[in-house]
Amino acid sequence: MAWETVIGLEIHTQLATRSKIFSGAPTTFGAAPNTQACAIDLGLPGVLPVLNRQAVVLAVRFGRAIEAEIAERSIFARKNYFYPDLPKGYQISQYELPVVGRGRVTIVLDDGSLKTIGVTRAHLEEDAGKSLHEDFHGLTGIDLNRAGTPLLEIVSEPDMRSAKEAVAYARKIHQIVRWIGISDGNMQEGSFRVDANVSVRREGEARLGTRTELKNLNSFRFLEKAITFEVERQIELIEAGSRVVQETRLYDPERDETRSMRTKEEANDYRYFPDPDLLPLVLDTAFIEQAAADLPELPDAKRERFRTAYGHTEYDASLLTANRELADYFEAVAAAGGDAKLAANWVNGELAAALNRDGREMTESPVSAEMLGGLITRIRDNTISGKLAKQVFEAMWNGEGDADAVIAARGLKQLTDSGEIERIIDAIVAANPEQAAQYRSGKDKVFGFFVGQVMKASKGKANPQQVNELLKARLKP
Amino acid sequence: MAYHIEPKPLHELTIAELAQRLRGGKLTSVELTHHYLERIKRLDPQLNAFVTVAADAALAAATHADARLARGEGGPLTGIPIAHKDIFCTRGLRTSCGSRMLDNFIAPYDATAVERLAAAGAVVLGKTNMDEFAMGSSNETSFYGPVKNPWDLDRVPGGSSGGSAAAVAARLCAAATGTDTGGSIRQPAALCGITGIKPTYGRVSRWGMIAFASSLDQAGPMTRSAEDAALLLQAMAGFDPRDSTSAEEAVPDYGAQLGTDLAGLRIGLPREYFGAGLDAGVAASIQGAIREYERLGARIIDISLPNSPLSVPVYYVVAPAECSSNLARFDGVRYGHRCEAPRDLEDLYKCSRAEGFGSEVKRRIMIGTYALSAGYYDAYYLKAQQIRHLISDDFRRAFEQVDVIMGPTSPTTAFPLGAKMDDPVAMYLNDIYTIATNLAGLPGISIPVAPVDGMPVGLQIIGDYFQEGRLLNIAHRLQQATDWHLAAPPEV
Amino acid sequence: MSLDRADVEKIAHLARLALSESETERYALDLSNILGLVEAMGAVDTAGVTPMAHPLHMAQRLRADEPTEPDQRALFQSIAPLTEEGLYLVPRVIE
Repeated sequence: MAWETVIGLEIHTQLATRSKIFSGAPTTFGAAPNTQACAIDLGLPGVLPVLNRQAVVLAVRFGRAIEAEIAERSIFARKNYFYPDLPKGYQISQYELPVVGRGRVTIVLDDGSLKTIGVTRAHLEEDAGKSLHEDFHGLTGIDLNRAGTPLLEIVSEPDMRSAKEAVAYARKIHQIVRWIGISDGNMQEGSFRVDANVSVRREGEARLGTRTELKNLNSFRFLEKAITFEVERQIELIEAGSRVVQETRLYDPERDETRSMRTKEEANDYRYFPDPDLLPLVLDTAFIEQAAADLPELPDAKRERFRTAYGHTEYDASLLTANRELADYFEAVAAAGGDAKLAANWVNGELAAALNRDGREMTESPVSAEMLGGLITRIRDNTISGKLAKQVFEAMWNGEGDADAVIAARGLKQLTDSGEIERIIDAIVAANPEQAAQYRSGKDKVFGFFVGQVMKASKGKANPQQVNELLKARLKP
Repeated sequence: MAYHIEPKPLHELTIAELAQRLRGGKLTSVELTHHYLERIKRLDPQLNAFVTVAADAALAAATHADARLARGEGGPLTGIPIAHKDIFCTRGLRTSCGSRMLDNFIAPYDATAVERLAAAGAVVLGKTNMDEFAMGSSNETSFYGPVKNPWDLDRVPGGSSGGSAAAVAARLCAAATGTDTGGSIRQPAALCGITGIKPTYGRVSRWGMIAFASSLDQAGPMTRSAEDAALLLQAMAGFDPRDSTSAEEAVPDYGAQLGTDLAGLRIGLPREYFGAGLDAGVAASIQGAIREYERLGARIIDISLPNSPLSVPVYYVVAPAECSSNLARFDGVRYGHRCEAPRDLEDLYKCSRAEGFGSEVKRRIMIGTYALSAGYYDAYYLKAQQIRHLISDDFRRAFEQVDVIMGPTSPTTAFPLGAKMDDPVAMYLNDIYTIATNLAGLPGISIPVAPVDGMPVGLQIIGDYFQEGRLLNIAHRLQQATDWHLAAPPEV
Repeated sequence: MSLDRADVEKIAHLARLALSESETERYALDLSNILGLVEAMGAVDTAGVTPMAHPLHMAQRLRADEPTEPDQRALFQSIAPLTEEGLYLVPRVIE
């Protein structure tokens, strides 16, 4: 019996604002405990929230990036529950009327085909603080620095059918939020958190199976492993005649398994109602247009343009649009070097390898786009050979200056003077009469020997194409 | 031939009169503050109107005010001793909200209303007693014990701003602040024979005012005259960027409006405010005041607010729903009461809250929790918000016909202490005439009219949005023509 | 609508209020009476009526994204029941 997996994701991404969503406390990560929690964040008696404009701008920007409807009127609601990291006893969120409505993103599947994943909604809300479980004489410490940090909760449709699709979707959202600059997307610091709703059903069944919600998925790898484990667990349960219980499960990366959260058996009753301290958020066209005005060209559009304008393969285009810094870098290289194909090869090849080797970010590359473009220019005008170009790249990476400086300093300029090359060929042929005879008698393989000798004698600088042509002419029977 | 005129004692002077003397150098704020502190010391033990008296801070503020006055600075409130309802956060001074939960709470900041009155130079004598978290109509739910009505110590002063009302009526301060969620300024003002105005929702900032029901709460002054109320409201009102619900509406010069003639004023009398349940004596007293307005040139128009009988049911869903959420922050973790040696987290919450809150607060938290819970939200909360709309529409239609609406503030005079403590529903019905204005967000004022059996009666005047100036003027004109508002309770 | 002890216990748990046996009994009665008062709403036809959450027809104002709040931890924690190393302490939270 074949099983179908159904996955929907809820992604919480912290918005890159300077102050909190409802207070003027700073949002800097890593401050000493409770030094960035003001009276509002602490829920002192009598304090009131006022909404941060930038949080709204960033939410609208995201909505536009996923072609979603932006609500002209949205409402903040209170989600009521008691927890020590939730100072007011309620979280301000959006419930019935979120700021971002239905949207969609496209993911690339393993076979290269495209799939559209629906985004149900995205809403603004405040983050909670943190419980520190180190032992304070058997007590838990509460740090409320994070309380009130703006979050955008992005809820997908249950459109994903495998762990790999879920990861592709999560990566896509991650790419978008970083690309449009609304979040740093740092998963280690918790600025990008993914929860997965997972269920299984027999193939052909129209009804959804009972789902579980997976939490603590703080990397894409864990997301994939947790879903894989959970899907198997659910199938085994059902095949054994048992039932899946709707519950929240934590992923334990140490043991690579999900387990039920041992909270008291009680159905949550969040008692949502419109927050009377906040008024309806009303956005007019001008606000929405202004918020979306500085949206950069989006990754999908850019990928498509790279494919059509530069003739890149889907694969190359995808690699180059993995993040905005890389795509911008590539475009600058292509512009400076005048050859998009070569630019793509170098960016995806040597540069990517070097960054990877040294563990550097794109923005930390010692070789600027102009420098790499300069190198490509010298390849194109035959100043250097492709082989020597790699040496030049390494030298640039190590801080020896731009391509022209390295070529001059190391004397790597390609030898293109036919007379000079002919003189070298003459000397080599004269020194190897036996091999010359073999070639002339039909042993073509020996040709390679001569090319190698000439290149060696020219210290690799002779233009290989010219060497080929001139050698052929010289060795002609 | 010279007559010896007995000078009025300091505590009988209005704020305007006091301000004149302070400016003229005939009186210092320190003398005046001492005078009121002495009265509090002598009279408050019987009344229990104050929770906290801040004598040292008050004298320091008075000294500062005198220095300003000596330099010719300051305004009409500079050096005037007032009291704040203990619901307003006062930096460095305990803010208890009448609750054991906040018995140890020293607010780290000032409420906007407190800040503005301080900036105007008012001297704070202390914090007044109140129903716990402003939930009550008799001031009997306070952790600090009931407040007594200065007109009869066996009766309640009304609530929830009962301490402020009693303090102003007994001349323990020149004026006081109050808050009104369902009548909590107007009803105690009526029962204690003083003037109290609940402004339009959004007129006075709610920042620093401990929330009971956020969409209904509004702060206002409680004074001995409309003229004094105008002076206080002038300082308290205005836009505050810290409160999202604060109105960005210019504050008119209330004092300048006090001279307006009432000829042609259209007064609406809603038949629902004069029906069953209204004490006959109170009704007669209200009719007497209305005849007085007719003499002043007003026209009387009978109107109807058909949905007003629903205001009590609607209120007892909306207010508890909001309070159940507003009071969730009191959990024993960051401030306030924390129980001894909790077994676990749940025990910490449940015991701290059970010990910290009194029974009326718990009752309302539970009603509100129930009204918002899964399966009941539509039938209770949503339904109430819909009827709230109908109630608001009643007023909108009425104000197409009339300029103001008048009626009794409360159906009876002050009732005996303990009379309604065991019957929450009977207690709730006490606010039947005041609640609708909170639901609609309209301004309302209560002023003293002819007493019944020696106990004060309040006339309520309801205006259209942001018509506080008009209400104050209408109240002032009556106080110019009559002297009901001058009656003082016997010295206890 | 009348509430029984079990209803009251459930509500008290949601609201995190510890109630004694006799209080539960008492509140069951009180809350039922209050709900009786509230019941009058049921008779009103509210079909098509927009719920009114706020008295004034205003829209949410937006604040500039500026950090304006200084660190006041010492002041805020001076009124806290139990803190250590700048953290608020609560009985162990089990996850």
